[in-house]
Amino acid sequence: MTQEQALYKYCLRMGDDALIHAYRLSEWCSNAPILEEDLALTNFALDMIGRAQAILDYAGKIDGKGKTSDDLAYRRKERDFYNHLIMELPNGDFAYTMARILFVSIFEYYFFSELSHSADTTLAAIAAKTVKEVKYHMAHATDWALRLGDGTDESNTRMQQAVDDLWAYTGELFETDDATAVLEDRNIAVDMGMIRAKWKTDVTRILTEAKLKIPADGYNQTGSGNGVHTEYLGHILSEMQYLQRAYPEAIW
Amino acid sequence: MEVLEKKNEIQDNLLKNFEAKIDRGDAIEPRDKMPDAYRKHLIRQMSQHAHSEVIGMQPEGNWITRAPSLRARQILLAKIQDEGGHGLYLYSAAETLGISRREMIEQLHSGKAKYSNIFNYPALTWADIGAIGWLVDGAAIVNQVSLQRTSYGPYSRAMVRICKEESFHQRQGYEIMAKMMKGTKDQQEMARDAMNRWWWPSLMMFGPHDSESPHTGDAVKWKIKRSSNDELRQKFIDKTVQQAEVIGLTIPDKDLKWNEAKKCYDHGPINWEEFYRVISGNGPCNKQRMAHHVKVHNDGAWVREAAEAYRQKKEKKIFH
Repeated sequence: MTQEQALYKYCLRMGDDALIHAYRLSEWCSNAPILEEDLALTNFALDMIGRAQAILDYAGKIDGKGKTSDDLAYRRKERDFYNHLIMELPNGDFAYTMARILFVSIFEYYFFSELSHSADTTLAAIAAKTVKEVKYHMAHATDWALRLGDGTDESNTRMQQAVDDLWAYTGELFETDDATAVLEDRNIAVDMGMIRAKWKTDVTRILTEAKLKIPADGYNQTGSGNGVHTEYLGHILSEMQYLQRAYPEAIW
Repeated sequence: MEVLEKKNEIQDNLLKNFEAKIDRGDAIEPRDKMPDAYRKHLIRQMSQHAHSEVIGMQPEGNWITRAPSLRARQILLAKIQDEGGHGLYLYSAAETLGISRREMIEQLHSGKAKYSNIFNYPALTWADIGAIGWLVDGAAIVNQVSLQRTSYGPYSRAMVRICKEESFHQRQGYEIMAKMMKGTKDQQEMARDAMNRWWWPSLMMFGPHDSESPHTGDAVKWKIKRSSNDELRQKFIDKTVQQAEVIGLTIPDKDLKWNEAKKCYDHGPINWEEFYRVISGNGPCNKQRMAHHVKVHNDGAWVREAAEAYRQKKEKKIFH
């Protein structure tokens, strides 16, 4: 695997994470339990679409075939998407969505903090901007984890269920592959082992404060690194890509 | 009897002072004395306005996941987010009159409070997102610009802020329509179809003709309403006809023509039968919009209860 191939794959994985998580969050628009949350979740979605755009545009440049972020988002097949499985799972209830934002944002906070020191200056710049945004996502999800975990019996039950259900999808966030190995050697990619411990410490602290139990580590769902997804991704893409696929000649 | 007369005199003086203030063009602020009818009128109008912003998120939200490019999605999301924000300002502004957001939502669900009729129409294709921004927001701006001078301070200030954002919405809608009219045959067809479906309902947004409008009397005297329905509708038509021409769209009104004497466009008859049918609950989406709002509100009850329970556990209560 050449450095370009590795970097292309690495960018798709990050870009697709932002793209697909944004898709799920944007589904909350006009569906949130209070108007303030409609706005907050849409804001996070906006941050993530911006990030997806920057990273996928860069991926297109590395690939060198003249593809834009829109080409990559709207004209790629499901098996060529590399977002982590956790991003594409349906929203579930508000607790499920918040637990996902919590797990993902803590991961992304450490991931992009490290990436902001990458030898690749484009990625370092995108990462530095992303860290600022992700801090808000993390603070917001932490607040809600506390409210829901330590709110009513019902909210505690729901939040615990969400944490338990999502737990098996968190391990995949820290997986490495051939691409990361190539890039780590050149100080471009993030050392995943290091951030995994930090993630676990923070998550444990927040869940404990929220009166939630930490699930036991068991089997972790995996596959997205090879483009093998859940059944949910295909539905996201068929909806998201509908206009571009139905009217391939049109410019929007 | 004397006591009663004295009381009535006080009432008359309060009304005189209030109306003098209105006549001077001073803003009425939340702590000022105001006639019950003024307060009631404002609560009705402002809560309707807030509900319209919030219900309006539904037809546009229908296209978020299908927006055809990353840029289009960002713009649409940001726009809908603005609408939600307008809902928030307006709920807060209405709360200064002594009603809570919770009560306003209850009134919406019980049918006592209304929202703009336009959102009872469906957003069927991507061009509808263009038409909603351009025509529906375009019509709303004309009304809101006029309301910047409304007599109730919090409402007028909310309008100033809202108008800035609405003009961006109208531009985004127009941009979508312009792009589609420059695009493929399919896109042009979609744009024309959206224009044809949204034009007349947009004109109906201004409400019945002045001769038929039931809420006008005191609202005009107390400067809540600063222009009449027909004046506002005319302004909207006059600015939109040219915009349509520029991008090659035809307004679906065979009677539309420039009136040189009046220096404005004459338009054909509006189908008021349709207007009253939709308002009375038989539009294409009335039931869908309300059912959605009620369901989301009920589904979210446990979240609001949890937040409240947590607040009560954590809140310090040193002084009462």
